[in-house]
Amino acid sequence: MCGIVGLLVKKAELRDQLGAMMVPMLVGMTERGPDSAGLAVYTAPVTERQCKLSLYSGEHAVDFRRLAEDLRTELGGVHELDVQGNHAVLVTESDPGQVSEWILGRVPEVAVLSVGRAIDLYKDVGAPADIARRYRFDALKGTHLVAHTRMATESAVTPAHAHPFTAGRDFCLVHNGSLSNPHLVRKHLEPLGIEFETDNDTEAACRFFEWRLREGDALETAVERGFSVLDGFYTFLMGTDQELLIVRDAFACKPAVVAESDGYVAIASEFRSLAHLPDIAHASLFEPKPEEIYTWRI
Amino acid sequence: MANLMPVSKTREFDLTRDSLRDLNLFLHRRAAAEGVSRIRVQNPDGAHSIACGLDADLDVQIHGHVGYYVAGMNKHASVTVYGNAGPGAAENMMSGRVHVKGFASMGAGASAHGGLLIIDGDASLRCGISLKGADIVVGGSVGSFSAFMAQAGRMVICGDAGDALGDSLYEAVIYVRGAVRSLGADARVEAMTDLDCAAVSSLLAAAGHSHDPKEFKRIASAKNLYHWHADADQEY
Repeated sequence: MCGIVGLLVKKAELRDQLGAMMVPMLVGMTERGPDSAGLAVYTAPVTERQCKLSLYSGEHAVDFRRLAEDLRTELGGVHELDVQGNHAVLVTESDPGQVSEWILGRVPEVAVLSVGRAIDLYKDVGAPADIARRYRFDALKGTHLVAHTRMATESAVTPAHAHPFTAGRDFCLVHNGSLSNPHLVRKHLEPLGIEFETDNDTEAACRFFEWRLREGDALETAVERGFSVLDGFYTFLMGTDQELLIVRDAFACKPAVVAESDGYVAIASEFRSLAHLPDIAHASLFEPKPEEIYTWRI
Repeated sequence: MANLMPVSKTREFDLTRDSLRDLNLFLHRRAAAEGVSRIRVQNPDGAHSIACGLDADLDVQIHGHVGYYVAGMNKHASVTVYGNAGPGAAENMMSGRVHVKGFASMGAGASAHGGLLIIDGDASLRCGISLKGADIVVGGSVGSFSAFMAQAGRMVICGDAGDALGDSLYEAVIYVRGAVRSLGADARVEAMTDLDCAAVSSLLAAAGHSHDPKEFKRIASAKNLYHWHADADQEY
């Protein structure tokens, strides 16, 4: 069992409140996912020449400022850091692939959680409320976000196994359910040069969709292909810098409720995470139907 | 003759203030003793297991949306949800009446033995799965795999049905007014008899609908799965 949470604000004036609106939604999903939580927020994008990476050092004491200085010395160029405890957002003008590889080689205790122009990613083990406080989720600003509370059923409880999963740039996915053929999917993707970081089933889905996006599929097309490739139970919630998408498998065992109002689209596994949203009484509520793809654009 | 009927009292719970446990304790242990027969619940905000396991002639009115298992295992009581219900509404109901004014999520009325479940809106997948004798009236449409392995009872669907309706049915009977995307294994459409029309008519009346029973199709078991056929090669 897990909890999923998604929020997209339709009005520019609500972007400053994105995090504050979301925190009760995430905390409301604690019983569905008490062991870890994570969140991807899509902010105003950095400039065309820049890219940003969300970095996470977990239990390791890492001097992020030193890391940025070393980056400047060794790779050259501009590297700006915004540090929050064991988490940092690095804005760089260098090639993000090169930066990621440099980090992997020089500071392997730092994980690169996401790469893109709009996405910031946080994930950690612990109760959702603690994680929300740790990273000040209530202060997050942006257009939309994808969040998850995890109750592990098929692989370890570690930050790396927590959702959201990311692949490529500005793409993330959270999952409630379990896939029965992740190893088969992985076997098809690895010969294409696609590397995996964990043994988690959700990562296989994430890397499959991102591969299809790179091959030129629209997100909806990629998800439709997934119907015949991914076997198992899922409610997937996905984000790109432009859109928020939800889809449930044909058996739709894993719940989801959508509330749409003039101001926002809010998604959660259960209504109890939506009950406290402003003007919820006038929002239109529905459950996504099996194998129907629902997309909202910013 | 003096009026010996006890005076009916109403008690109100507000779940932003009162705990769910206090509400359910009251419904189970105190309501009857205190002569309270009507209970109004405000701000349920999607809480789970509201009014579960009731065993008395109570009238519970819930104003808002509820989470999993509302009125599960209900006996005797009438529970009305003025909103939507999460998964497993009236699951394993024994008797009484559960009325969801909005839509109901998956597994509504699953394995219910008796009583009447009314859903004014749509019911999601697996509505009435393993039904064991209750009646279900859905004002809207039902999702796939509804009435799977339903053993006894009746299900009236005023809208459409998804895939595999009535798969592996036993003695339960389904009446559908709209389109059926597909029937499940061993389910078949049968002619509506006068008795079927009368049954549908009375269930529709109980649920407050006025459709013409003649607009409904009867779906029941072809009973081919009742016996093992060695030659069938498991292809039904």
